[in-house]
Amino acid sequence: MHFGLSEEQTMLQDMLRRCLEERLDLETLKRTAGQPCDPELWRALVELGVTGALIPEDYGGSGLGMLEAEVIAEAMGRSVAPVPYLGTAVLAPLAWQLAGTPEQRERHLGPIASGEHRYGVGLTEVAGAPRQFGKVTLEGDRAWGRCYFVLDASDASHFLLTANGDTLVVIERGAEGVSIELLNDVDRTRSFAVLGLERTPFETVGEPGRAAQAIDALLAAGRLMLAADTFGAAEVMLFRARDYSMERFQFDRPIGSFQGVKHLLANMVTDLEPCRSLIWYAAHVFDAEPAERVLHACHAKSLASEIGKFIARSSIEIHGGMGFTEELGLHLWYKRIEANRQLLGGPETVRHAAAVDQGWVQPLTATAT
Amino acid sequence: MDLSYGPEYDDFRAEVREFCRNHRPAEHRSRGIPGVTERPSPEVLAWQAKLIEHGYAARTIPREYGGYGAKPDIIENRIIQEEFLAAGLPLGLSNQGISMLVPTLLEVGTAEQCTTYIRPTIYGEMIWCQGYSEPGAGSDLASLRTRAELDGDEWIINGQKIWTSSAHVADMCFILVRTEPEAPKHHGISYLLMPMDRPGIDVRPLVTMTGDATFNEVFLADVRIPAKNIVGARGQGWHVANVTLKYERGMLGNAGQGQSGIKGLVELLQEETAGSARAMDLDHYRDRLLKLQGRTLANKYHGMRLLSQSINGEQTGVEGLITKLSATELAYDIYSLAVDVLGETGTLYDGSPYQAERDWQKSLLGCFTGIIGGGSANIQRNIIAERGLGLPREPRVRFDSGRWELSPSASNKGGN
Repeated sequence: MHFGLSEEQTMLQDMLRRCLEERLDLETLKRTAGQPCDPELWRALVELGVTGALIPEDYGGSGLGMLEAEVIAEAMGRSVAPVPYLGTAVLAPLAWQLAGTPEQRERHLGPIASGEHRYGVGLTEVAGAPRQFGKVTLEGDRAWGRCYFVLDASDASHFLLTANGDTLVVIERGAEGVSIELLNDVDRTRSFAVLGLERTPFETVGEPGRAAQAIDALLAAGRLMLAADTFGAAEVMLFRARDYSMERFQFDRPIGSFQGVKHLLANMVTDLEPCRSLIWYAAHVFDAEPAERVLHACHAKSLASEIGKFIARSSIEIHGGMGFTEELGLHLWYKRIEANRQLLGGPETVRHAAAVDQGWVQPLTATAT
Repeated sequence: MDLSYGPEYDDFRAEVREFCRNHRPAEHRSRGIPGVTERPSPEVLAWQAKLIEHGYAARTIPREYGGYGAKPDIIENRIIQEEFLAAGLPLGLSNQGISMLVPTLLEVGTAEQCTTYIRPTIYGEMIWCQGYSEPGAGSDLASLRTRAELDGDEWIINGQKIWTSSAHVADMCFILVRTEPEAPKHHGISYLLMPMDRPGIDVRPLVTMTGDATFNEVFLADVRIPAKNIVGARGQGWHVANVTLKYERGMLGNAGQGQSGIKGLVELLQEETAGSARAMDLDHYRDRLLKLQGRTLANKYHGMRLLSQSINGEQTGVEGLITKLSATELAYDIYSLAVDVLGETGTLYDGSPYQAERDWQKSLLGCFTGIIGGGSANIQRNIIAERGLGLPREPRVRFDSGRWELSPSASNKGGN
């Protein structure tokens, strides 16, 4: 029995952390906030195999599993990396593999592994978000409408979208009638946009109307990756608060010797560690026991969101006034955690999805407005 | 990730399963916990003897002391637990003598002590209580003041102990006493083995808020015990006690404990109606349930992670220190939701008419045992922060000439 990361997975973790830490110091992060991904950073990550991790070797990837993807997502969150990881390296490869035809896999997976194609992803329609502004309609070989909250849009060469809840389509950035309206999100390390479509040609991933199961799996994968990203960011915030509480002296004592601070830190780590175990397990069953996917991804997302928020807010608080400024850069981590919490379904939404998955309650049906 | 125990354990599991199929303890009625709140009945003693004979209790205790003499193997223990649980069979006795004293004697006791005490203890014939806490020495256990003086070949013990579970049924008490009053507080303590039938011992039950008397106060006036009833050397009692505490934390910090609570809670929400709706159909209850399910799952997998670490001999960091705090907080929240779902009915108690099938209120009140016992929640937070995160200790203060002063830091370590 071995519960946890293998030697290879730990090596991958170390390599990625080092690569990201070397390239993403605080000044760089502040300077590039809101900018597209730095091409050199992207190349370095592609060379480390980030984009090919979930792609089989036959298509130019390394054929790894969801636990490796989790390790990568956690490293991204640790460094609040301004990188279009989720769409390009996780959701697009899974979409082509779960719903695409062999010919489509042949054509699309290689360019993803090589870093040539980058994907923005719009799953809001199926994520049970309480507010929806968009709907994509397919007529013949053209698409109309708007997709709200497309993740990683500013870097994208392609967009992966859902339509009618059961169809996955891919749209090229340069296609006819595509408009991209960038949003001003509190998280400036990744980009979010509203995608407009007007008589836009598209490619269906697999067969129209046959992707509902694949969409469920994508949603679970996305939620799991966001949980890992939040976990990585939260762990950093916890240990920065720990370090600060030993450096900062007031009343002739390090503030970490006050039980008010000490117990807060103890509560933070008491929440953090079981969450790590849950996320690892959720990543493991994603591949090993597909029937357990949805339940565990939802719980991972829910728990990471709750403990992430508590840790983020407590870390800012322990840092005092400086924590509230832009100087320390903690706000980047705080905002990343905040954005992750809402993406692909907030805590209540994913918990409801977990209840539906267990047959405890009926799914919510969309009401016409 | 490899979550299987490996094919080498298949035979062992089959053997345990076979035992479970063919054996069942004799029926007996009991309200209490055998060997803890009441003396084990003849049926319980017979079952215990059968378990030891097959190696499903006292598995790793050497044969010369009455045990089964197997090599320690965490996975085998786990398999025994799993199979007994699945078959609905009671496991062997678990009490402070078996879980704490016996491993302590094996680690630091003399051969004579092992020979005298281990066999009757593991067979359930000798019940022990733990004489640690005092009215003035709870979290700061090392400040204890019950004293023992050597008079010829006898110790004379005077003082008071409190929170002494099982004292009303116990034959023996492993007790911490101050024997070297001049020494610094952690170096003046000895660990003695005190027969409970000696003159001068007065046991008074302490009724807790659950209505049960699971604890006692024990008053000691000139209690005489043989000088040889000391474990470790004079003044080494603190070290010996820490050996024991290590086992107690292992006993209390079982991360798998929340699993039965959540199962009952799910059933409750599915069965219970609030007004005209099933509780499970009401968003506010269901969302709380799901939050608790997430935490329960996280604790369950965390337990697997720690199990894996100990099987593979990996170092455990802060993740090993949090289990007690995490599990006891979770249990409190689980029982709280159950009582809230039941509403007014949730306040009914102790076999009241209209009470729910399961006594959730009693379970909720009983949570304080876990939250406070074995190092209270805030002591756990100190341990997690100081040993796990490396934070500095709180400075000591004392009241001196009418005001609070910082006291020169005593050179004690980890008295919690």
